[in-house]
Amino acid sequence: MRALFFRDLALALRAGGGFGLGLAFFLIVVVLVPFSVGPQSALLTQIAPGVLWLGALLACLLSLDRLLAVDWEDGALDLLATSPLPLEGILAVKAAAHWVTTGLPLVLAAPVLGVLLNLAPGGYGVLVLSLALGTPALSMIGAFGAALTVGIKRGGLLLSLLVLPLYVPTLIFGAEAARRAAQGLDPATPLLLLAGITLAVLAAMPFAAGLVLRVNLR
Amino acid sequence: MSLWEYANPVKFLALSERVMPWLWVSSAVCLVVGLIWGFFFTPDDFRQGSTVKIIYLHVPAALMAINAWFMMLVASLIWIVRRHHVSALAAKAAAPVGIVMTLIALVTGAIWGQPMWGTWWAWDPRLTSFLILFLFYLGYVALWEAIEDPDTAADLTSILCLVGTVFAVLSRYAVLFWNQGLHQGASLSLDKEENVADVFYFPLLVCIGGFVLLFLALVLYRTGTEIRVRRTRALMAREAKLA
Amino acid sequence: MELKVTDLAVGRGGVPVLAGVSFALGAGRALVLRGPNGSGKTTLLRTVAGLQAPMAGSVAGAEDRIAYAAHADGLKAALTVSENLQFWASVFGQSDIAPALAAFDLEGLVDRRAGQLSAGQKRRLGLARLMVTGRDVWVLDEPTVSLDAASVALFADAVRAHLARGGAALMATHIELGIEADVLDVSGYRAAATEMASADEAFL
Repeated sequence: MRALFFRDLALALRAGGGFGLGLAFFLIVVVLVPFSVGPQSALLTQIAPGVLWLGALLACLLSLDRLLAVDWEDGALDLLATSPLPLEGILAVKAAAHWVTTGLPLVLAAPVLGVLLNLAPGGYGVLVLSLALGTPALSMIGAFGAALTVGIKRGGLLLSLLVLPLYVPTLIFGAEAARRAAQGLDPATPLLLLAGITLAVLAAMPFAAGLVLRVNLR
Repeated sequence: MSLWEYANPVKFLALSERVMPWLWVSSAVCLVVGLIWGFFFTPDDFRQGSTVKIIYLHVPAALMAINAWFMMLVASLIWIVRRHHVSALAAKAAAPVGIVMTLIALVTGAIWGQPMWGTWWAWDPRLTSFLILFLFYLGYVALWEAIEDPDTAADLTSILCLVGTVFAVLSRYAVLFWNQGLHQGASLSLDKEENVADVFYFPLLVCIGGFVLLFLALVLYRTGTEIRVRRTRALMAREAKLA
Repeated sequence: MELKVTDLAVGRGGVPVLAGVSFALGAGRALVLRGPNGSGKTTLLRTVAGLQAPMAGSVAGAEDRIAYAAHADGLKAALTVSENLQFWASVFGQSDIAPALAAFDLEGLVDRRAGQLSAGQKRRLGLARLMVTGRDVWVLDEPTVSLDAASVALFADAVRAHLARGGAALMATHIELGIEADVLDVSGYRAAATEMASADEAFL
C-alpha cells in the first residue's frame, strides 16, 4: 500500500505527471473572476469565499479522469487487482495520493488567492480549514466517479456529470463555513457538518468504489 | 405462486400487456376528471387567485419525481440482491419518466412562482432540491447510455442509484441549511394544520391518482420495450453464433 | 497444492466462448494453451486469474497464488526499470529484485526510464515482474510477443527455473519454448451455439 502511494506521488511529480496543472487552473479561474464580475473590491470581498471554493472544486475535478485511466490503459490495474492488495485499499490509497498532489496544494494556495479576491481578514483561517476538511472528500468521491467511468472511452465529461452532483453537500457546507467566517459569524456548525461528511465519505466510499471497479474489471 | 415469477420476462410481458390497457384508461379518466374538477369547479384562492390551480399539475408531478427515483432505488436493490433482469430494465425505463416529471415540477413551479414571488426562479430549498434531483437523473441516464454491456451497465447504474440516493438526501438537508426559502409548506401532509383546504384537496387526490397510474403505465410500456430490445439482441447473438 | 479447473465455462460480454474446460496443474508442471485467435484463451486465463467470474464450473487452488501477465505490462514510462520492479516487489511483499534483473538481462538498464526502452526490453521487464511476485502459479498470455530469439531463450530458462523450484505455469503461446509441457487445445471446448448467454437466455 505504501509502495503504491509513493509510486503515485512519484508519477505525479515527474515530467508528464501533471502536477501543478490543477494549481495553475485554480489560479486562472480566480484571476478570471474579477474580469467577469468587475473589479469592485466590495463585491469581490463578498463572493471571495464561494469563488475560492468553487475554483478548488473544479481544479480537483480536472485531474480525476487520469486517476484510474492511466493504470487502466497500461494494464497496471489488472495486475494490481490480482495482487494481494484489496481493491478498496488500492482506491483509498490512490485517492489519498490524488489529494496530496492536488487537494493539498490548493489548500495551501487558497490564502494567497484570497488576497487577490480581497477576502475579509477574518476569513483566511476558516477558509484554509474548511478546504483542508473538505478536499479529501472531493478526492474520494472523485475516485468513485473514476471507478464508475474507467472503462468508457472519453469518459471525462461523463465523470464530471456524475461527480458534480455528489459534490453539492461538501460545497455547500465548505463555502458556508468560509462565508460565515468572512462575515464575522460563527462557522462551527457548517465546519462540523463538513467534517462529518468527509469522515463518512472516507469510511464508506472506498467500498462503493471497489464494488464498481470490480464490475468494470471483469 | 410467488411475486418473483414475474421476474421472468415472458410472464412479465404477458401480465403487463393485460394490465396496461386498464392503466391507460383509468389514468386518462382520473386526469381528465381531476383536472377539469380542479380547474373549473373549485373556488379561487383568497390570496393567490386562480394561479393556485397549477397545483393540480405541480404537486402530483413533484411527488412522482421523487417516487420515480424511489422506485428506481427499489428496483436497483432487487437487481443487486436477486439479479432479475426485468428489475434492472424497469429502473432504466423509469428514469426518463422521472426526468420529465421533475421538469414538469420545475416548470410549473416557475410559472407559479412568477406571480406569487415576482420571479421565475428563486434559490429556494425545495426548488433547488428538485434541480439537484434533476442532475442526478441526468447522470444516471447518461451512465446507462455510455456502457455497452447491459449487465455491466445495470450493475454500475444500480450502485450509482444507491450512492446517489444517499447524496440526494444529504443535499436536501444541506440546501435547507443553506437557505431557508420562500416556498409554502407541504401541500399534503399528515399534519392537518398545514394541509390545503378540502375543496382543493379532493380533486388534487384524483390528479395524484392519475399521475401514479400514468407513471405505472409508462414504466410498464417502456420496460416492455427494453425487454424486446434485449430479446432482439439475444436472437442476433444466437444467429451470429450459428452462422 | 495443485491448481484444479473443473468443468469451467467462460464468456466475453455475456456470450459464452468456452465450456466444459477441465485440467489440473501440479507443482513443477507447465500447461500450454493453443487455439486460433479469438478462441477464448485470454478469457480463460483472465477467469483463472480471478479477474472475471466463471459462467459455470470452478477454479480451485488459485487463491493468492497466481501471478498474471497479459499483453499490457503495466509499466510506468516515468519510472526507471528498477523503480518499476521494486514497486511490484513491494506490492507483493518481496524485496529482492536482483535475481529477476539478472534472469532477464536487465542489469545494464536499471537506471533507464521504462519509457526509453525498446518494445522487447519492456516485455522483458514485464516478465521479470513475475519473478518478484513470489507467487507459484504463473498465468501468462502470449508472453513472447515482441521478444527476439535470445530473449525467448532467457524467458524459457526463467520458466524452467521456476518449474524446477516447484512452481507451475499456465500459458497461451504459439511458439515452441523447448519446455516440457502439456498442451491443451481450447478449440475443442468451443461453447455450443445452443448455449446462449445466461444473461440473455431468459429473454428468448
